[in-house]
Amino acid sequence: MAPPASFLWARRIFLALLTVFVLLPVFVMVTSSLKPLEDVTGKFRWIPSGLTIRPYIDIWDTVPLADYFVNSLIVAGAATVCSVVIAVFAAYAVSRYSFRGKRVFTVTVLSTQMFPGILFLLPLFLIYVNIGNATGIALFGSRGGLILTYLTFSLPFSIWMLIGYFDSVPRDLDEAAEVDGCGPLGALFRVIVPAAVPGIVAVAVYAFMTAWGEVLFASVMTNDATRTLAVGLQGYSTQNDVYWNQIMAASLVVSVPVVAGFLLLQRYLVTGLTAGAVK
Amino acid sequence: MTITADPGTGKRTAGGNLPGTAPRRRRSGRLRRIGLPYLFLLPALVLELLVHLVPMLIGIVVSFRELTQFYLRDWTASPWAGLDNYAVSVDFDAPAGEALLASFATTCLFTVASVGLCWLLGTAAAVFMQETFRGRGFLRTLFLVPYALPVYAAVITWAFMFQRDNGIINHVLHDQLGLTDSPPFWLLGDNAFVTLLVVSVWKGWPFAFLIMMAGLQNIPRDIYEAAALDGAGTWQQIRRITLPSLRPVNQVLVLVLFLWTFNDFNTPFVLFGKAAPASADLVSIHIYQSSFQTWNFGTGSAMSVLLLLFLLVVTGLYLLFTSRGKKATDGH
Repeated sequence: MAPPASFLWARRIFLALLTVFVLLPVFVMVTSSLKPLEDVTGKFRWIPSGLTIRPYIDIWDTVPLADYFVNSLIVAGAATVCSVVIAVFAAYAVSRYSFRGKRVFTVTVLSTQMFPGILFLLPLFLIYVNIGNATGIALFGSRGGLILTYLTFSLPFSIWMLIGYFDSVPRDLDEAAEVDGCGPLGALFRVIVPAAVPGIVAVAVYAFMTAWGEVLFASVMTNDATRTLAVGLQGYSTQNDVYWNQIMAASLVVSVPVVAGFLLLQRYLVTGLTAGAVK
Repeated sequence: MTITADPGTGKRTAGGNLPGTAPRRRRSGRLRRIGLPYLFLLPALVLELLVHLVPMLIGIVVSFRELTQFYLRDWTASPWAGLDNYAVSVDFDAPAGEALLASFATTCLFTVASVGLCWLLGTAAAVFMQETFRGRGFLRTLFLVPYALPVYAAVITWAFMFQRDNGIINHVLHDQLGLTDSPPFWLLGDNAFVTLLVVSVWKGWPFAFLIMMAGLQNIPRDIYEAAALDGAGTWQQIRRITLPSLRPVNQVLVLVLFLWTFNDFNTPFVLFGKAAPASADLVSIHIYQSSFQTWNFGTGSAMSVLLLLFLLVVTGLYLLFTSRGKKATDGH
């Protein structure tokens, strides 16, 4: 049965307005990144006085953007890999075994989701500074400290989602694998992990985006050498000028890898959420 | 039912009654079974302890101490402050307490408005896009762009759009539509609240959309067919089938959105910098500022602990009154 006209019109209008709302910043970001400086410091212009790719060349010199990029890649990449591996093991234990403290574990992990970042920013700052003073291991200001911090941010959600996902893999499969002589690790890597690939990809995407977009800890816990994009982008404002065209160009450049990756993998995210988190 | 969940009745112990090697094998088997899950959990446990729970405990200890920059090298040497930090935080007649209360009220209002709007847009978009139509796949991808963009890149663009003299918002509202006498400030004063809300909803609604789409996929198609046979129209199907079926998903979604929005630091921080205007002074920014600006970590920690207590109570009550909560605390 075809939907009535009222539904079709409501849908058209709603989706059109939403599209404008969603696209407006993207439009501004793209067009402004191609404008000369006068066009972004003066009144906003729909039609630029001239198009230029100058901002895309200058962004690399105004601030050491390439260094920030590398820092962000290392930090987000390492945090993602560690977080996914750790979450797979933890979720496997919760999904397939019964043991004392299981409930305490799941509830604790879930409740760390509700901690305001600000609550452990101060103590973590103190811990890292004190560890540095006592042992000489530089956690504060280092990439390692940031990786350690970030990988725990995505961990609770990842574990939670993978538990749901692993639960949806029939137990007969890993029982059969164990009967065939696989140990628990064999069953995990030969049966459960391959069957849960969409969930694992979804979790990895989530972890990477969390780390790539984090601002608070990055702004407190990095120094000149380890600064990530989240902090580095603020460098385009000087005392006298704000290079809005360069900021927009740099924003676009740092967004393209994550947005492209995300859009390529988004169908995994939807299937992953369907099976894992939404049950 | 699994063999591992209940070793007493599983196949594995069936052979254990055989004489000879059986007891030894059973014992090592059981040891392995008992130890293994903990081994798998260990990395997650250690990290959660190290980065979340230990800092939280230290935060609670620090909230009872007078921790200023002089004690940064060794916080354990800082003098005991008793309940002073809490007294300062909740003394609503003094400047510090008054500011905290105002910021808390702002945060509550902001969170309710933002979560409500995100939920509304996300649900409506998901429901409208449940059926296939031309361009659906494209729109679905497009709507996820705000979610995929890094916070700082997206929010900095909004900050540019809301600039008073060279932003697109004032250009349209003032120059082109003539809706205002003079171009308003959006990042200062009372308007900052609206600005923050717009940006937060833009950034947050795709998550609601994503979760709702996932939730809709779990509704069996034949319910709709049966309803259509009984004469229910499209709108009626949405009201009677789609929305009620989404209820359990809603409960998780609203809780997650609430916690994320309430604790959001990134959006106001990129939009306004270290000091947000009073109308948009969210608690997380407020605590950050009062801690790192004055280097008074004791008071900052006390405020954080109060915030956590509030979140615990709200979440607890929420779980108590929703069916989802029972499921979550029952464990898996």
